[in-house]
Amino acid sequence: METPAMNRDACGDLADEAHNRRDSATVKVRIDASSRGRAKAAAKLNLKAEVKELSFYYGDYQALKGINLVVPEYKVTALIGASGCGKSTFLRCFNRMHDLYPNNRYKGEITLFPDAINIVGKKVEPLEIRMRIGMVFQKPNPFPKSIYENVAYGLRVRGVRRRSMIDDHVEHALQQAGLWDEVKDRLDKSGLDLSGGQQQRVCIARALATEPELLLLDEPTSALDPIATAKIEELISELKDTVTVLIVTHNMQQAARVSDYTAFMHLGKLIEYADTETLFTNPGEKQTEDYITGRYG
Amino acid sequence: MSDAFASHACVQPTKQFLRRRAVAGWVARGILFLAAFASVAITFAIVYLLVRESLTFFEHVSIVEFLTGTQWTPLFFDAQYGILPLVSGTLVIAGIALLVAVPGGTIVALYLSEFAPHRLREVIKPFLEILEGVPTVVYGYFALLFVTPVLQTFIPNLWGFNMLAPGLVVGIMILPYVASVSEDAMRAVPKDLREGAYAMGATRLQVAVRVILPAAFSGVAAAFILGMSRAVGETMVVAIAAGLQPNLTLNPLEPAATITAYIVQVSLGDLPHGSIGYQTIFAAGLTLFLITLIFNLVGFHLRRRLREVYE
Repeated sequence: METPAMNRDACGDLADEAHNRRDSATVKVRIDASSRGRAKAAAKLNLKAEVKELSFYYGDYQALKGINLVVPEYKVTALIGASGCGKSTFLRCFNRMHDLYPNNRYKGEITLFPDAINIVGKKVEPLEIRMRIGMVFQKPNPFPKSIYENVAYGLRVRGVRRRSMIDDHVEHALQQAGLWDEVKDRLDKSGLDLSGGQQQRVCIARALATEPELLLLDEPTSALDPIATAKIEELISELKDTVTVLIVTHNMQQAARVSDYTAFMHLGKLIEYADTETLFTNPGEKQTEDYITGRYG
Repeated sequence: MSDAFASHACVQPTKQFLRRRAVAGWVARGILFLAAFASVAITFAIVYLLVRESLTFFEHVSIVEFLTGTQWTPLFFDAQYGILPLVSGTLVIAGIALLVAVPGGTIVALYLSEFAPHRLREVIKPFLEILEGVPTVVYGYFALLFVTPVLQTFIPNLWGFNMLAPGLVVGIMILPYVASVSEDAMRAVPKDLREGAYAMGATRLQVAVRVILPAAFSGVAAAFILGMSRAVGETMVVAIAAGLQPNLTLNPLEPAATITAYIVQVSLGDLPHGSIGYQTIFAAGLTLFLITLIFNLVGFHLRRRLREVYE
């Protein structure tokens, strides 16, 4: 088996596991033979997704160059790197956001477990993927609707009609987002009347209400003040009990605070991927070291 | 102080230059003010003229008779001056037009902004604009010579002149306009909002109807109001295809006249300047002005109340 894609074999337990697996020829055959076999191996390694040789093109421009990475289940994985390094582009591959615009092209694969489906496969319907993977954007983007309807949107889109079921999900999601106590008396007020931090938490609740398997966060605090940011960071740490999180951030301290694993990207390439502590205290690549010590970017 | 500046040889403009610059500023301001003032002045001049001539009219005809009379026959020997038949004709035709243009325009706009592939949109938009440029006379004969006969094949009691055909045609005429203004509003909905909805797993239809339309509603409503004003003010189609017979009815199968059609009809005749028949033009014009003004005010108010803020 090709190592679950780490430039450095330093992903803690995960890496050790991977090492052991690599030594075993039987596993290697099985993994390559069928998606079922791969799913089993992934379950052993607690993987939510595996990225293999992923390249992405905006027309003729290649924005991602052969990325390999694994996303461990129920962990927070952070993507860091300077502006324009392709970290958001990479994140947006996971829910096929690029399909909204013409002339975008994927190469390679992102395998989503447990069913080992290739997210960027040509035959895969983007809608199906987006039903399973939630996303929160850089700038809070609540819909021009009430708080309740914002959070209920995903359920309505999925054809849920039962009021009691929607009520339950909305309350639960708002509680998960730590917003319930602040808004429970004004659920029918417009989502746009809230503060920026509250709006962003509405967006998180909106994404959580449909119980996604994977939550994508694209610089979720870059438009927020420090207090709102701290609340969201706390929230992210709590979320990993129920959902796998992939977060893009330009803030290295944030990556260090909230994530279990960190990937450093530069010019469309993955330079280094390791558990967060190792990456920040003992980086294996010169470029990573320069970046995290502030000599670059 | 002055020594310090002098030693730095700092760049100071000459007095002449400063004076020239100030004069240029005054001249520019004057021209801009005149341009802005002209449009306001013209509007007031029109209102003044309408009101002054109408006042002469209302010296002969009481306002009560004008507003409640059910006959409009100012050119007959037994002249009657009830505006209601013209108002009913105007509203019925504008109503039919809006029944066509509002749903049609919204659907076209939604298609163009959310569904059409980029290339197709680039082809369709110019066509819509061409449609907007077709002279209204052409639409008028289209209503009279094509739409009415076609309608008569399955509505046997449809008059040769009627309100239905011009209503439908006026609707088709303003549809591209409504669509174009609505589409601009929909395309102005921020990308974030659209992506947020797609990221929830919504289909194009769900994004369009549940997110884009509500977010763009104030702009779309403005398109409806503008379309309405155009339908109410439309003249040629109605004059040609509706029959020029003031008729107090809400039945679209019958002939009727609208305020604008009446004004055209009368101003083409040889009425002596200052006669009461001549004055009716201004009274009718003032009525039309007030109707569109009311629609615009209602629309403005609705838009403010329903406005969705993006940020």
